[in-house]
Amino acid sequence: MKERLIKYLLLIAASLSIVFIFGICFMLFNEGLPIFRHVGVIKFIIGKYWYPTSEPPEFGILPLILGSICVTVVALLLAVPISIGTAIYIAELAPPGIKELLKPIIELLAAIPSVIYGFFGMVFLAPLIQRVFDIPVGLNCFTASLMLSIMAIPTIATIAEDAITAVPHELRMASYALGALKWDTIRSIVLPAAARGIVAAVILGFGRIIGETMTVLMVAGGAPVIPRSIFQPVRTMTATIAAEMGETTFGSLHYHALFGIGVVLFVITLAANLVVDWWVHRHS
Amino acid sequence: MLHIRTYLTAISLFVGASLLAVEEKTLTLAGSTTVLPIAQRVAEEFMELHPDVNISVRGGGSGVGIAALIDGVVDIANASRPMKDEELKLARERGVNPVPTIIANDGIAIIVHPENPIDEISLDQLKAIYTGGISRWSELGGTNRPIVVISRDVASGTFEVFKKLVLEGENVRPDAIRLASNKAVAVTVAKTPDAIGYVGLGFLSPEVKPLKVDGVSPTPENVISGKYKIVRPLYMYTNGEPKGLAKEFIQFILSDEGQNLIKELGFVPVRLPK
Repeated sequence: MKERLIKYLLLIAASLSIVFIFGICFMLFNEGLPIFRHVGVIKFIIGKYWYPTSEPPEFGILPLILGSICVTVVALLLAVPISIGTAIYIAELAPPGIKELLKPIIELLAAIPSVIYGFFGMVFLAPLIQRVFDIPVGLNCFTASLMLSIMAIPTIATIAEDAITAVPHELRMASYALGALKWDTIRSIVLPAAARGIVAAVILGFGRIIGETMTVLMVAGGAPVIPRSIFQPVRTMTATIAAEMGETTFGSLHYHALFGIGVVLFVITLAANLVVDWWVHRHS
Repeated sequence: MLHIRTYLTAISLFVGASLLAVEEKTLTLAGSTTVLPIAQRVAEEFMELHPDVNISVRGGGSGVGIAALIDGVVDIANASRPMKDEELKLARERGVNPVPTIIANDGIAIIVHPENPIDEISLDQLKAIYTGGISRWSELGGTNRPIVVISRDVASGTFEVFKKLVLEGENVRPDAIRLASNKAVAVTVAKTPDAIGYVGLGFLSPEVKPLKVDGVSPTPENVISGKYKIVRPLYMYTNGEPKGLAKEFIQFILSDEGQNLIKELGFVPVRLPK
């Protein structure tokens, strides 16, 4: 009797996530649908101008999509090498003392609230970037990417480190027995064996970066324009939703358009996850 | 044993404190980031005079405050623009009757970096800068550098007023930077040599340089006399005529003491306090 009860309670707990995800999906698509019907999916996605409160309003989110992609790609390019390097060092090379010191410090990076990152980026980093690169303004895609890459390092490094540590010790020993050096072993044996976990780490980092809102709202500059250089101000999808949701009248076109952005963001992250998932399965 | 007693004492103190807190009268305000410093300063003063009153003041933007008033979650919505027709319509549908009280006036100052050689600008030039006709400082007699145009997000009442008075309803150029608050604009202009932005008079500081517009400096005197043209009233909206604590609070703002505080903050009083 008791056994059963516990089993059902756990089943309910496990099903809750499913209920939540379907509830959120339904709500998102339901509220976003009117804008697709009004503007048209294609026009909404490839429209170049975002003037949601003008008369007549324009709801083109191409600059926002490209803004998000630009920030995310640059941030990943910065974060992935640093994170994986960190993970390899901690898992394979670091003496125990340094390892014990390094791990909590990296995890501490994840504990800093994103508004603090935004504040730091706006007041300190942006003016510095502006002077160093001699560009007109420091609030731009590159500064935002830099902040986001710092924020993603703990996520990617921690999970990649777990994946590397989980590679069976016998594999390394076998490699050494064949005369391979430490670096050869890491490169040809350990990293390929940990590849799936490392890819999973990068996907989580991608999710962290593309979904981040507060920091990009404060640091990316917020100009809804198609980026032609990484030193240009950009506006991301998340920042647009956060900055404008408070203003919209419930049920207005602008309100539905913000949900429409949410749908597009959701589809992009889902597609990215599915593609990587498929790729990993094919190569394993 | 001693531990348990300490815990019990702590718990009873905590419960007692929360019971007292329930007795406290509370007033909540939200909305315009321009009105925020006024509301905060006056609230401090008001709470000093009435220790039994607890006032919580939040920003968010004029639109956010008005939405919160319509949803019935705040007593007063701060707004730096009048309510829009669709907001009024929504309010009526929900049975809310928003009543505005003008509590102060504000000039919108045009600011640049202190090292910028430009001191003066015309309304026409300003419009051209923000809509895309002028894009280098040299076109205004300054250095041959691009102009970094800084505007505000659409949730901002300052933006709505600027768009109406300066841009005459036209769209801001798409590559203009859009920031979330007056403070963010002031900080960014202070740190960006080629920037131009606009903020409420209360956000002027030695770190930025206000420009004369059509030859007139954005001073409180010029706003009161009507010489400075980029001006808007600041509102507090209540559901129906202000009653109870909200009424006392608004009356306090409109009193000589409140209007003096407004003047100290760099805003323009609705009338000249004695």
